[in-house]
Amino acid sequence: MGNYLDATAADQKKMLDQIGVSSIDQLYSMVPEQLLVDKLVLPEGLSELEVRAAIEELAAKNLIFKNIFRGAGSYDHYIPAIVSQVTAKEEFVTAYTPYQAEISQGILQAIFEYQTMICELTGMDVANASAYDGASAAAEAAAMCRDKKRRCVCIAATCHPDTIETLKTYCFAADCELTIIPATDGLTDAAALSAVGEDTACLIVQQPNFYGLIEDASSLAEIIHQKGGKFVISCNPIALGILATPAEVGADIAVGEGQPLGMPLSFGGPYLGFMACKTSFARSLPGRIVGETTDANGNRAFVLTLQAREQHIKREKAASSICSNQALCALTAAVYLSAMGSGGLREAAEQSAAKAHYLAAQLCAIEGFNLVYGGEFFNEFAATTPVAADILLLKLEKEGILGGYPLDYHTILWCATEKNSKYDIDHLIAVIKKAVSRCS
Amino acid sequence: MQLIFEKSREGISQSILPVCDVAKYQFAPQLQRQTAPRLPQVSENELSRHYSQLARRSFGVNSGFYPLGSCTMKYNPKIDEEMAALSGFTAIHPLQPPRTVQGCMQVLELTGKLLCEICGMDDMTFQPSAGAHGEFTGMMMIKAYHRLRGDLGRTKIIVPDSAHGTNPASAAMNGFSIVNVPSAADGCVDIEALKSVLGDDVAGLMLTNPNTMGLFDKNILQITRLVHDAGGLNYYDGANLNAIMGVVRPGDMGFDLIHLNLHKTFATPHGGGGPGSGPVGCKKFLADFLPAPVLYHTCCALDFAAPPQSIGKVRAFWGNFLVIVKALTYLLTLGGEGVKQAAQNAVLNANYFKSLLEDDYDLAVPGICMHEFVLSLERLKKETGVTALDIAKGLLDCGVHPPTIYFPLIVHEALMIEPTETESPETMDEAAVCFKKLYKLAYKDPASLHNSPQTTPIRRPDEVAAARNLRLRYRF
Amino acid sequence: MSKVKEGLFYAKSHEWVEYTDDIVAIGLSDYAQEELGDVVFVNLPEIGEKISVGEAFCDVESVKAVSDIISPVAGEVVEINDELADNPEMLNKDCYSSWICKMGKITAEGNLMDAKTYEKFLAEQK
Repeated sequence: MGNYLDATAADQKKMLDQIGVSSIDQLYSMVPEQLLVDKLVLPEGLSELEVRAAIEELAAKNLIFKNIFRGAGSYDHYIPAIVSQVTAKEEFVTAYTPYQAEISQGILQAIFEYQTMICELTGMDVANASAYDGASAAAEAAAMCRDKKRRCVCIAATCHPDTIETLKTYCFAADCELTIIPATDGLTDAAALSAVGEDTACLIVQQPNFYGLIEDASSLAEIIHQKGGKFVISCNPIALGILATPAEVGADIAVGEGQPLGMPLSFGGPYLGFMACKTSFARSLPGRIVGETTDANGNRAFVLTLQAREQHIKREKAASSICSNQALCALTAAVYLSAMGSGGLREAAEQSAAKAHYLAAQLCAIEGFNLVYGGEFFNEFAATTPVAADILLLKLEKEGILGGYPLDYHTILWCATEKNSKYDIDHLIAVIKKAVSRCS
Repeated sequence: MQLIFEKSREGISQSILPVCDVAKYQFAPQLQRQTAPRLPQVSENELSRHYSQLARRSFGVNSGFYPLGSCTMKYNPKIDEEMAALSGFTAIHPLQPPRTVQGCMQVLELTGKLLCEICGMDDMTFQPSAGAHGEFTGMMMIKAYHRLRGDLGRTKIIVPDSAHGTNPASAAMNGFSIVNVPSAADGCVDIEALKSVLGDDVAGLMLTNPNTMGLFDKNILQITRLVHDAGGLNYYDGANLNAIMGVVRPGDMGFDLIHLNLHKTFATPHGGGGPGSGPVGCKKFLADFLPAPVLYHTCCALDFAAPPQSIGKVRAFWGNFLVIVKALTYLLTLGGEGVKQAAQNAVLNANYFKSLLEDDYDLAVPGICMHEFVLSLERLKKETGVTALDIAKGLLDCGVHPPTIYFPLIVHEALMIEPTETESPETMDEAAVCFKKLYKLAYKDPASLHNSPQTTPIRRPDEVAAARNLRLRYRF
Repeated sequence: MSKVKEGLFYAKSHEWVEYTDDIVAIGLSDYAQEELGDVVFVNLPEIGEKISVGEAFCDVESVKAVSDIISPVAGEVVEINDELADNPEMLNKDCYSSWICKMGKITAEGNLMDAKTYEKFLAEQK
């Protein structure tokens, strides 16, 4: 039914004549005949009106929550209106990777600005144009740290479970060891880290960690550096509006999930893996990097640079095969950060922290709800629940509330952002109180 | 043009968030950052104009003809964008209970079913975020497969010398060593050379078919059989699937697993370099190795579970989901007949455009091509000094996006051209006039081509200076 | 026509070698730097690294290519030319005085050509 061809039957005839063949089938004459398929089992094509109805029907089968108190790697922050307007511009959406610099200055400059913003957020010197997501960015960072002598990668048990799983997978591929550094009271155990071997390439720590807690990153940095390993921090970019930067606590490489910077939840993707590092690591960064130079007339110009690192030149010797990245998501983050400004980002961070602490205080005033860990937290915290987590969460669901992420039967990881108003939080608490009283 | 940071003015801010309605939480000073990040302080108007200006200095498929070989720059339908922007998808948290995300799961299931039918595969994962990520995933599945069987000596992956750089790089990330096989004079895999490298140390073969020369390898059944007989697996790089979808299936050619580039073949936009999506499909005997989780049916709904021998996760959550929504919208629009027509017209257009150019330019390999073809400007360079790069830059002044240049590596002064099915004969006629004009200009006034482009936002940039004196961020 | 300097020895992979007492300096020939184009980065080896004959022990980057430097001798790196880290273009400007590294404790050497033979070798390459 639908197709996007731009040729009539008469055009096709004219083209075949020009080529000197009598049918399109003739163009496939190199294909062994037994391979040609007669007809695939696919549905009939649809008109735009029909396809819209079909997809809307699928979308309607999902439950949209009015209030979200769940994070665990995907955060419901407010997205300024300008973000989707700018990122919908066709010249950005429909362009390829900016190989032809002369007609791609817009995209190149946007990425250069993004790189600068990531450097400002993390305190690092150099950032790449993005990686697939936060978890794979952490895996790429580990690869940057490995060499012939140092093969072992350490990751804190307090990182997001998907980050740990992704690291396991990448380490299986690279035939290198992955050591998971255990936690005490929700924080990375410094003593356990002190016991790692001399072949340790790096330590990966998440800040704030999966349980929302703020790790003592400076101390961990000191220990891993004494061992001769590198320190990689996977950070929440919103938290960087107020919390100490990876550079300030001694990280060599900063990575993270950029989704909170203007990307909707979207069932997990597309998101944005950001990567930044000290200058000395610049040549080990994977993926695209934009640099500033001048053109033949001496005017400012931007180009993809350090390309000799990449797979299209180095082939099997390249450290990573990454080619397509998440350019439009990087643009999204840049527009978001420009709209918010440093004051707005700080406000989003402060409000997220304030609301999470308000929520924690209200929640823990109810009997049976207690903070699991004693450490400082940012906008997420784990708390016990006196009634089974799934039962409580189901009660919330009926009120249009997505409660925290169940860690186990009696523990829930709660999250708040600037989007959760005091009214919403009070309402959540009221519903919880009611649920608890009914269940007990 | 000024950077956004140079437009920033102290004191300007946008009114986006309300006043905080709960008590502020004070972190200890040692937990806080010492200096604020220098983010731009601009009004909404300034910000809007800044990006409009940047958009004008960019070139997308919407701007004009974009015959960038191997990248399948076809038109990106608008309905696909609207469907991906539905709040029923964008507002869904990835860790919602399965019961509340059945729509998302059905999107994954249905798209997987349609794509498996097109590829001749049995199962599929949507976790890989781009083509190279899919290759990395597929290579790891091959590694895990041989390991589980205790076949530990298979350490080599065979890659033709015409392959994309991502192929050897993705295989190497899995610890494989790369064996390059040369192409024969006709552009296809050299069968004798292939035979000579096959043995019990071969884990598999990575191949695109049609290959990067734009040719369908007529010996494909023999090639995949030889690899199977040697105990290896066949991996299909789906970069060039646009030539054959609905006509021939990689699964029928003897391939065991495959990655697709939804951002090429299935019309999802490239976004200036991503996000893409690189789903990996496989035959039944490899399904247990797919990344975790995969979908399965409970009595009455869909749920996620890890396959028994899963290689694990290659990223967080489930993949670039909204990209998959776009691809599904496209697939439902086209249907079985439309998919086939798209491939047929991609091939028709490539052959038509080739026929317009081949009187002047030399073909790397003569004869019928698939969805793309490669020109060699070696003779032109010898006779005039004008290179493939010069012609590419000359095209910029004509408003045509240049083809891929200097690839495949086995062709000297290569121009790799892929018009795609969504271009009209008129568009190609006009572009051919430009190509021919530049060819004449190469003989008449080569200097003007060395100095092109002249009409673009910037002239040729100094890439050597960029790489020697690294300026990778704005200096305040 | 690429310059070939008398008194040096050359490998088929276009490195030059200069002997001074028991130390060997290694660099890139004029032919090699011309082929490579503008050098933008030299990835130097580490002092103390033990290298065998035929080992790709460091590399040189131009904008669009990376070229391995293949060791013509076996030995240990005793000195590296730090100046190349900041001024990689020296390899283009004056390739015969821009040595990349010096090796000591030489235990073996590969097949090397004198200037005359290398010139002949280059002529055959064309």
